[in-house]
Amino acid sequence: MKTPVLNDMYWLIKRELWEHRGGFVWTPIITGGVFLLLNLMGIITGEVMGRNAGFNVSFGGAGNNMRLLSSNLDKQSMDAVGAGLDMVMYSPTMIIGLVMGFVVFFYCLGTLYDDRRDRSLLFWKSLPISDTATVLSKVVTATIVAPLIVVVVGTLTGIVMLLMFALALSFHGVGVWHLLTLSHPLQVIGNLIGSIPLYLLWALPSVGWLMLCSAWARSKPFLWAVALPVAVGIVMGWFNLLGTLTLQNSWYWRDVVVRILLGVFPGGWFSEVPHVGGSNPAELLSSVGLTHSYAALGSVNLWVGVAAAVAMLAGAIWFRRWRDDS
Amino acid sequence: MSAVITASGLTKRYKSALALDNASFQIEPGRIVGLIGPNGAGKTTALKAILGLTDFTGELSVLGYDPRKQRDKLMGEVCFIADVAVLPRWIKVRQAVDFVANVHPRFDRAKCEAFLARTKLQPEQRVRQMSKGMIVQLHLALVMAIDARLLILDEPTLGLDILYRKQFYQNLLEDYFDENKTIIVTTHQVEEVEHILTDLMFIRDGRIVLDADMDAVGERFIEVMVGADRAAAARALKPLDERQVFGKSIFLFDGADRAQLQALGETRRPSVSDLFVATMKGTYA
Repeated sequence: MKTPVLNDMYWLIKRELWEHRGGFVWTPIITGGVFLLLNLMGIITGEVMGRNAGFNVSFGGAGNNMRLLSSNLDKQSMDAVGAGLDMVMYSPTMIIGLVMGFVVFFYCLGTLYDDRRDRSLLFWKSLPISDTATVLSKVVTATIVAPLIVVVVGTLTGIVMLLMFALALSFHGVGVWHLLTLSHPLQVIGNLIGSIPLYLLWALPSVGWLMLCSAWARSKPFLWAVALPVAVGIVMGWFNLLGTLTLQNSWYWRDVVVRILLGVFPGGWFSEVPHVGGSNPAELLSSVGLTHSYAALGSVNLWVGVAAAVAMLAGAIWFRRWRDDS
Repeated sequence: MSAVITASGLTKRYKSALALDNASFQIEPGRIVGLIGPNGAGKTTALKAILGLTDFTGELSVLGYDPRKQRDKLMGEVCFIADVAVLPRWIKVRQAVDFVANVHPRFDRAKCEAFLARTKLQPEQRVRQMSKGMIVQLHLALVMAIDARLLILDEPTLGLDILYRKQFYQNLLEDYFDENKTIIVTTHQVEEVEHILTDLMFIRDGRIVLDADMDAVGERFIEVMVGADRAAAARALKPLDERQVFGKSIFLFDGADRAQLQALGETRRPSVSDLFVATMKGTYA
């Protein structure tokens, strides 16, 4: 027996994907496709230029390295190659994630406004669904469903890309298929999926603010959402300049403006993680791995943002309930 | 059976104007009520209050619920078509049916599909590809498949051609309405709904100025056609309204003695639109 709440939530999210199929499904797929195409063009360029120059080498130094490495790898080099391959797999997800940041931004900004403007709100409101469920379904779509799609499409793109490189290298007699076994696709996928809860928590203040503006604005939600916090920051800076009031405002830009506007772009939580980086690829990767990135959960900054987000979403639900279309 | 809607002292003030001014009324089950009023009289505001879409002061109970606090429960038993063409433009017929079927506990999918089969609508067709009349057909098919106790229609046929308008009300009467259901409809095309209404409510400046069932309206209001020679006598009886047709005068009386009027000329029951015009005289002046 399906529970009504989960059933409603399932259909509400499905509805969001119907409406925003272009943004949530086609955008990542097209971005991934363009990414692959650019890489393919890069490989072909390398091949052609290499042949014209008369070298029997593959493109770039990596191939040569790999040929050397493939014969006789010590443990550290194997780690480095594996980490390099993992980065190749991460890279499309990062690009797609960045693009999806824009999609999620404008989705949140329009989602409680557009149906008021075209009056289809009156149709949705004629169904026995609470405004809380409606708003929450949109939050889930923005913070869980969208990143999941990014991870799936990004990982698939990464795998195709790895295979593409492997194939190109194998034309040059480099036996890279076994090098590929040095990569850790499952770990990559696990890391990416494991980051989604962090994304949710970190993006929540932005999602909350944008949806609050979306539910509240009678017109031009973008202007309110962006111009209002920026204007406040500028006024604070102006007071500083005049010297009449010394308001320390760098925290405002960093902890307010960035959090409520740019949180939808993935990775922001690393600002709350100590010691990101490393002297080699393997160290760098492990420093952004889940075991490290979850240190962000220890930051007060993150939880203050979540608390503010809950308040803003409560506001969004209230406005959704009472905002008149007239 | 208890009343479907009980309202008392309903008041709603927008920034400058009073949209509802202490309106009180009661609607019984199994009725088709026409809520008729000039533009800006407060019809839509009254419907919005009933649907819990707007805040107001006063007492209002709809199917035993308070629409301000129990809107989610209320919407399980109430349907509304608010104006034409409020279906989202991106949605496909199939998606709309799927969605309502899965979130509305009282939706009968087979019934909806039977209604749709009588139209030209295709499952993969999007609302943005439909004419206004087709959008209303889809909306009506969705709504008629819901076993709701109260159906609210706010200008449901505005901008439709006469074929769609006739068909709309015909479907509603033949396939939907029964003694357990109540329909409230607002429209400016009074002539088209006149014959299906059981009750009539006139609203003017936020106040209910007439609230009666159609039989009572027929009893209370009498039109009499009088020759020029007896016009003065008719005028002496204080008619509500007077107009001239082919050299004769037609007088509209409220609660006059029928026998007395019959002595003056031919009497008949006034049409709702004539009654409306007479009642609303001077609204825009």
